[in-house]
Amino acid sequence: MMNRLVPILLIAAAVVFGYAPFLIRDSPAEDTMGVVFKIFYFHVSSALTMMLSAVVCAIASAAYLRRRSRTADHVALAAAELAVVFGAIVLITGPLWARKSWGFWWVWDARVTSTLVMWMMFSSYLLLRKYAGVGSETLSAAVGVFAGVMSPLVYKSVDIWRTQHPTTNVLPSLPPGMRGVWLWCLVGFLLLYVALMALRTRLAASQAALDDLHLALED
Amino acid sequence: MTRTLQAAWTIARKDLRIEARSRELVYTTLFFAVACLLVFAFAFVRERPIDNAAAGILWVALAFSGTLALGRTFERERQGETLRALLLAPVERGAVYLGKLIALLLLMAAVEMVVVPIVGLLFSAPLLRAPALLAGLLALGTVGFAAIGTLFAAMLVRASSRDVLLPILLYPMTAPLLIAGVQGTAAIFADEPNLVLAQNWLAMLLFFDAVVITVALWVFGAVMTE
Amino acid sequence: MSGGPHALAPDDFDRVSVRDVSRTFGRRRALARVSLDCRAGEIVAVLGPNGAGKSTLLGILATLMRPSDGEIRYGARTAAEAGDGLRGRIGVLGHDLFLYGELTARENLRFFGRLYDVSDLDARVDAALAAARLSDRADDRAGAFSRGLRQRLALERALLHAPRLVLLDEPFTGLDDDSAAHLSARLRELKLHGAIVVMATHDFETADGVVDRAICLDNGKLRDVPAGAGPLRERYRQALREARG
Repeated sequence: MMNRLVPILLIAAAVVFGYAPFLIRDSPAEDTMGVVFKIFYFHVSSALTMMLSAVVCAIASAAYLRRRSRTADHVALAAAELAVVFGAIVLITGPLWARKSWGFWWVWDARVTSTLVMWMMFSSYLLLRKYAGVGSETLSAAVGVFAGVMSPLVYKSVDIWRTQHPTTNVLPSLPPGMRGVWLWCLVGFLLLYVALMALRTRLAASQAALDDLHLALED
Repeated sequence: MTRTLQAAWTIARKDLRIEARSRELVYTTLFFAVACLLVFAFAFVRERPIDNAAAGILWVALAFSGTLALGRTFERERQGETLRALLLAPVERGAVYLGKLIALLLLMAAVEMVVVPIVGLLFSAPLLRAPALLAGLLALGTVGFAAIGTLFAAMLVRASSRDVLLPILLYPMTAPLLIAGVQGTAAIFADEPNLVLAQNWLAMLLFFDAVVITVALWVFGAVMTE
Repeated sequence: MSGGPHALAPDDFDRVSVRDVSRTFGRRRALARVSLDCRAGEIVAVLGPNGAGKSTLLGILATLMRPSDGEIRYGARTAAEAGDGLRGRIGVLGHDLFLYGELTARENLRFFGRLYDVSDLDARVDAALAAARLSDRADDRAGAFSRGLRQRLALERALLHAPRLVLLDEPFTGLDDDSAAHLSARLRELKLHGAIVVMATHDFETADGVVDRAICLDNGKLRDVPAGAGPLRERYRQALREARG
């Protein structure tokens, strides 16, 4: 079922992204930051997608630990990879935006810092997967569960830390004209995310099937 | 339940006995921590130490030396494959986890009792301003760090690249604990101390520890069976 | 063993059934649909070339590893059904001996004895040290022993809690004649007491005199080594030849 959905999702995502630049161009410019602000649409959507992927990874990891289902493992791996990919988009677009808008590349506030920490957690998941050798599925599942549990704690602790040292930048609340555009971009990202998850999970399942065939051949 | 705790204590006592014989872990971890302090001194001391450097330096030194101690206490269980022998015992898997955790905490307590005064000395930190609060922050922060660390180190015992994978996994994961520990300590050491804030951080650490130990106990058994 | 042959303690069992157990590590199949039945009072030798899956089979029997497929029943129950207590009925002598080098022989035995909740610990430890003929070296660090001595100690550690299922991975490695004879005697003793002994070994000659039956693992597949006249080594080679066609 997912296999047939994937092309539909990709086409839908392409349509959404294709039209997005026009919507963004025509959306109202933000008062203080002007045109540069428009990176926001992709930046925040990426961030939300990353967080969604983090939750998916954590849940799939817990499922794997309980039931050792291969599908759960494939989903967890795909979600971790996409968390790293979308996290990278956030961490690159963020400083670009900040530099142009406020003159500095980085700020240690709750959102940025916890994004960085989450990105590192899921990167460490992938490193473990790649380099730990046999049995790394189970080990990385433990990491996935912990990443899910610790992420809100990271946000909370950085939040309290940084409210002791308020910074000058404040993310603007969203004027109504922008909301529609933002939702459009978010939908595009989510369509893309689901399509990529389906593809990546299918790839992992194919690799597992190949291993099975390999083994069957030996019989 | 008591059987589990008894078994955990038996395991912890075994580790302490081994450690008492050679004292290898406690001496080397301690000197490593002090070596870290030295490097930080090179970085953070001008005519006098940078403001509020002491809290961060203390916690980083403990995090680094704690990671090393974790790796080495499980390296001991690799020889003779004794970790497997522990997992074969007819006790809850959690007993093995708790036993190793308790032993590590006692080791770190011994290390901290030396390192903390040295930090006070080298970086002019007011240790006696709120000693109970400081001790509480150190204790709870160490417990949380060690709780995650024991799980990961045990997981990695039979993995490749385990030496470098342990810190790679551990440092992002323990960020909330390190933040709470450093900030709480900094609140005590600051020129204008904020003890109420430090107490808040202490409460947060307690909450974090509860979460971490619960999840670690749940995950440990599942992860230790191949 | 507590009680007579008909009185089985709650965690105890009198047979082990391996049903179609497979175990894969990624692309490598270590065990392929292995089936095996062992009863109390049997000594089974697991033969086979290096890398054939012997250690994997022992690991799964010890509940350290889960099979990828198939199931193992201890009596009527699987490991999952039986719970933690099942491990109290299993004794394992691993390839790496499971001893703490920094502890003395006595301390090693006492430590594991406590974990296994062995009753009358002091007396049992003394008896184990005597059985291993290490009474005079009881307070020496295990790390200082030669391989043979450590093997004897490791065997007694595995047997301290009088397990029902005894799993031995290459127990004759590094043993001199005397120790090997002693181990054989120990195994016969276990058999008399109703233990189930599964032993992976390369030592055909010694095993020949002790085992009731032999199976052979080749590339994860199990073949029976038929009983009969002729030395074990020959029958094993014959079984391998037939298997490989």
